[in-house]
Amino acid sequence: MKFKHTTGEKIFDVFLYIFLGLLAVLFIYPFWTVIAMSFNSATDTMRGGIILWPREFTLNNYRAVFKDNSIFQAYFITIARTVIGTIGHLLFTSALAYGLSKKHLMFRKTYFNLCIITMFFSGGMIPGVLNIFRLGLGNSFLVYVVPGLYSVYDMIIIKSFFNAMPQSLEESAKIDGANDLVIFFRIVLPNAKAVLATIGLATAVGQWNAWFDAYLYVDNPDLWPVQLLLQRVIASATSMSDAVAQNPNITAGSISPYSVQLATIIVAIGPIILIYPFFQKYFVKGMMIGAIKE
Amino acid sequence: MTDHSKSKTKLFLKKLLNQRWLQIMVIPGIIWLVIFCYIPMYGIIIAFQDYTPGNPFWGGSFVGFKHFIAFFNDKYAIQAVWNTLRISFIKLIVTFPAPIIFALLLNEVTSTRFKKLVQSVSYLPYFISWVVMWGLLYALLNINGPLNTVLEELGILDEHIAFLARVDAFIPIAVLSDLWKGVGWSSILYLAAISNVPQDMYEAAYIDGASRLQRCLHITLPSIMPTVTIMLILAVSGILGSNFDQHLLLQNANNVSVARTIDVYVYNMGLQTGRYSYATAVNLARSIVSFFLLYAADRLSRWVSHGERGLF
Repeated sequence: MKFKHTTGEKIFDVFLYIFLGLLAVLFIYPFWTVIAMSFNSATDTMRGGIILWPREFTLNNYRAVFKDNSIFQAYFITIARTVIGTIGHLLFTSALAYGLSKKHLMFRKTYFNLCIITMFFSGGMIPGVLNIFRLGLGNSFLVYVVPGLYSVYDMIIIKSFFNAMPQSLEESAKIDGANDLVIFFRIVLPNAKAVLATIGLATAVGQWNAWFDAYLYVDNPDLWPVQLLLQRVIASATSMSDAVAQNPNITAGSISPYSVQLATIIVAIGPIILIYPFFQKYFVKGMMIGAIKE
Repeated sequence: MTDHSKSKTKLFLKKLLNQRWLQIMVIPGIIWLVIFCYIPMYGIIIAFQDYTPGNPFWGGSFVGFKHFIAFFNDKYAIQAVWNTLRISFIKLIVTFPAPIIFALLLNEVTSTRFKKLVQSVSYLPYFISWVVMWGLLYALLNINGPLNTVLEELGILDEHIAFLARVDAFIPIAVLSDLWKGVGWSSILYLAAISNVPQDMYEAAYIDGASRLQRCLHITLPSIMPTVTIMLILAVSGILGSNFDQHLLLQNANNVSVARTIDVYVYNMGLQTGRYSYATAVNLARSIVSFFLLYAADRLSRWVSHGERGLF
């Protein structure tokens, strides 16, 4: 059925489209203007007035970012933690979910209660951090992966997916003499691709964006992910620009901390923005899975 | 041992052996929970001790409620509580209704392509980290950045302002950046609730001569009210929490008197100043109050929905 709109409602439509269109621009604009400024010469950017396009086009800011190895090293760490962290999380969390989805599992109730309690109580920040250091995870790549191997919340989502899977799939393999581990890898995991993909994507974004764990636990710059590198660049740019304000001669060169920071931001978010259009619907699906559970 | 209990033990072991692979899949998870969740939970005990780093959580000597008493006499801690309540309250007023209105407006859009475009674009900020967000803010609000330029050209500002360094700009920046980052993503839940409203209700209302505004206010809005209620109760119960990343990053020497929330104060005291026991005590006090807020929220939610919907 098609609803006919009155004149007043048609006028409302015009305003609605204009308003939402402006909002859409507002969501994109910060990215746009930072890209424009990152391609603009640093001394010129300092004069202000870059709103839409670079005025004095240059690649010097990016040259400065890629000048030393640290950005490549940081990218390597970010990619490594994203890949290893996500695969590890999916594997271990779904193994736990599979075990707990079996009604005949001995001590199932105890195990499950131990899981649920952690959703309501936690040690809080200080004991948690002290614990990580005492475990010897400080200054090690493992600190990006091991504390994230499990999530009770994700476990419950995966478990409800396993519970809904038809039993007949597993039974035929069982008759052939396959053990639970083989069934899990050969039959259950391949059939759970949908739920694993959505949870995996959310985990991957979390790993890609994580910085605070590195900030807390890792002093060694070789182990810094891109996000922490960016945090350091912005923090030093902030203090540098105070110095610049007092002594403008510092910016005599063609790059400034501010413009290097702009280029670093773009280097850090580039991949997310590039893959975002292709994965967007899976992210939304992931959000809905969580919501239905609630 | 009697024969009976012997055979019982045998049966038990046989059953365990039969499901050894299942147990092997579960037990590492339980060990992980003990190491990464239960030991830190036990570690809360240091709130009642004078903890020095390097020691295990057990075996310290107790000092009673010393740190809790210190908390109530610490004017910076009280300031942090006040800051947290104030910012949470303002954020609630601004960022809670925004995604509902956004979803209702999107629902009025008839062009599917335009709607999809606006939606996609609005989710994007959700996927950037707070470090990047901080970088964007720093770039946009810089003394020579685009916002200053635009405001100057419009004649609103006479001279450029370093927004991030101003104490009075902190709350607007914190609230608006939260809004920008989250409004699209939070609207997904409400859009999903709206899509569950049966179409024939709209058709019946249309035939009865209900205008578009009336349909929105009398069909769509009441239909998503249960979702709104739950989200509101959850939001209110989280009022003692704050956006830690945002506050830690945006905090500087100029705005610390407004920007420092309980979370950040716990971090400052515990991990930067080294007062581990004191910071744990502050956090424990906060957690206990938060827990009761959540419990009350759950009761309220059940009461509002006549026992149908708890939060858990």
